[in-house]
Amino acid sequence: MSTSDAVVVERIAKRFGSTTALSDVSFSVRAGELFGFVGPDGGGKTTLFRILVTLMLPDSGRATVLGRDVVRDLWALRQRIGYMPGRFSLYPDLSVLENLRFFASVFGTTIDRERERIDPIYRQLEAFNDRRAGALSGGMKQKLALCCALVHRPEILFLDEPTTGVDAVSRREFWDLLATLKQSGLTAIVSTPYMDEAHRCDRVALIERGRLLVTDTPQRIADSFDRPLVAVRVDARYRALQALRESPKVEHVYPFGETLHVTGADPAYVRQWLTTRGFADATAESAPATIEDVFIARMGA
Amino acid sequence: MTAELAIDARELTRQFGAFTAVDRITFDVKPGEVFGFLGANGAGKTTAIRMLTGLLAPSSGQATVAGHDVQRASERVKQNIGYMSQRFSLYEDLTVRENIQLYGGIYDLTDRQIEERTARTLARLQLEHAADEYVRSVPLGWRQKLAFSVALLHEPRVVFLDEPTSGVDPITRRQFWESIYEAASAGTTVLVTTHYMDEAEYCDRISIMVAGRIAALGRPSELKQQFNVPSIDELFVRLTRDM
Repeated sequence: MSTSDAVVVERIAKRFGSTTALSDVSFSVRAGELFGFVGPDGGGKTTLFRILVTLMLPDSGRATVLGRDVVRDLWALRQRIGYMPGRFSLYPDLSVLENLRFFASVFGTTIDRERERIDPIYRQLEAFNDRRAGALSGGMKQKLALCCALVHRPEILFLDEPTTGVDAVSRREFWDLLATLKQSGLTAIVSTPYMDEAHRCDRVALIERGRLLVTDTPQRIADSFDRPLVAVRVDARYRALQALRESPKVEHVYPFGETLHVTGADPAYVRQWLTTRGFADATAESAPATIEDVFIARMGA
Repeated sequence: MTAELAIDARELTRQFGAFTAVDRITFDVKPGEVFGFLGANGAGKTTAIRMLTGLLAPSSGQATVAGHDVQRASERVKQNIGYMSQRFSLYEDLTVRENIQLYGGIYDLTDRQIEERTARTLARLQLEHAADEYVRSVPLGWRQKLAFSVALLHEPRVVFLDEPTSGVDPITRRQFWESIYEAASAGTTVLVTTHYMDEAEYCDRISIMVAGRIAALGRPSELKQQFNVPSIDELFVRLTRDM
């Protein structure tokens, strides 16, 4: 462990009855890093976050946040951590301003004193000061929750699926805000079920069924795809998908945006296979792999 | 020819007091097409879908769905469409089998049809082993596939999917899209909403609503060329921010 690590997790495990939520999870996050957990619902992201923010005990293994043990040092830690849970957890009957004041007072501070830190977000909320939190749009709710999580000047921020159910523009604004916060030196750990958000992080861990599949920079994860990938464009996608599954050479074929992604065969073979089966409009060419291709390959393995 | 279209909206408009939620939208969807219906929160998507499903009368303009006028023949429209939403589709306190039977009853299928289609649905989803489990104990990905099958139980000509794929893993998401393609290739028309623009690229054609109007309409590849953007996400952000 290096002194510049904000989070160090060693072999954490957690079970609920017969369900294994986390299994032998180890990783570290450097100070100032924007670190992402990418994986589906039920993958273990929320359990991991609850352990790291001292709300839940691990069955085994140990974790430190800001050099403090999450089990023994919870009171010291809570002052220094910001946590935005996945479910909207503010008071819907209080106004924007009342919610913020409340969270500031719980941590013994005031909005005025913390104005500088929360300013990039609070500026976008101020016009709605008197609106009930429950009456805000999804995107504004997320911003208010972020503001409340920052109001006591935490050194590290945990955001559990902050962009789920939020539209594409608000999502992008939210990630822009995180980039701004990162520049001020804040460490942030974010979870998301959406692969397309991975590239906004310095490093990501792919998590599935309680296990980390891989931890690295988004680019290196994409580059780790170890076989040629072919993208097929064709009008009759469903029939083409089935036709390709009949090929003895093709390993995997799955829908990917406007195309089908195929592994196991080269473009010429794929084109030939489809044209001889009546897909006259089919084109096939080599394509760069994305994190999503890697995830699919590792999950399927 | 209008009779051949699965959805045909002409100048469809809805006002609430002084506010125009849907402002003269015109578009059509062909049978067997997968149509992505996109827009930011508050752009008017939900209001438009409520009109197209016969739940809300238009203020002006008109639309036919599965050949029936949404205002004059809203009951006929409802019999010919399926609907699935991320927020609500299945009863969690009923078993998988009971959910299928319940919807069969709601759609007025005969006992024999219900029995046949329940067996067929369970077999196709490979869910026979879980037929008598409560839906709340079935994994999210299976629930979504089941909800989709239930929405297709009465063999509707058009099915509306409202944010159907939130929160599932990439493999499950693809299996879901494959079942969409399968239904479309069997002739069912699919209108789908999503906040995830990479999913928009899975559609044959898409529309993007901004402030009650359709700001872009076409095949994803054509739109990217037309607006000179690398992705639909980029196009969406540009259109929505420029309003």
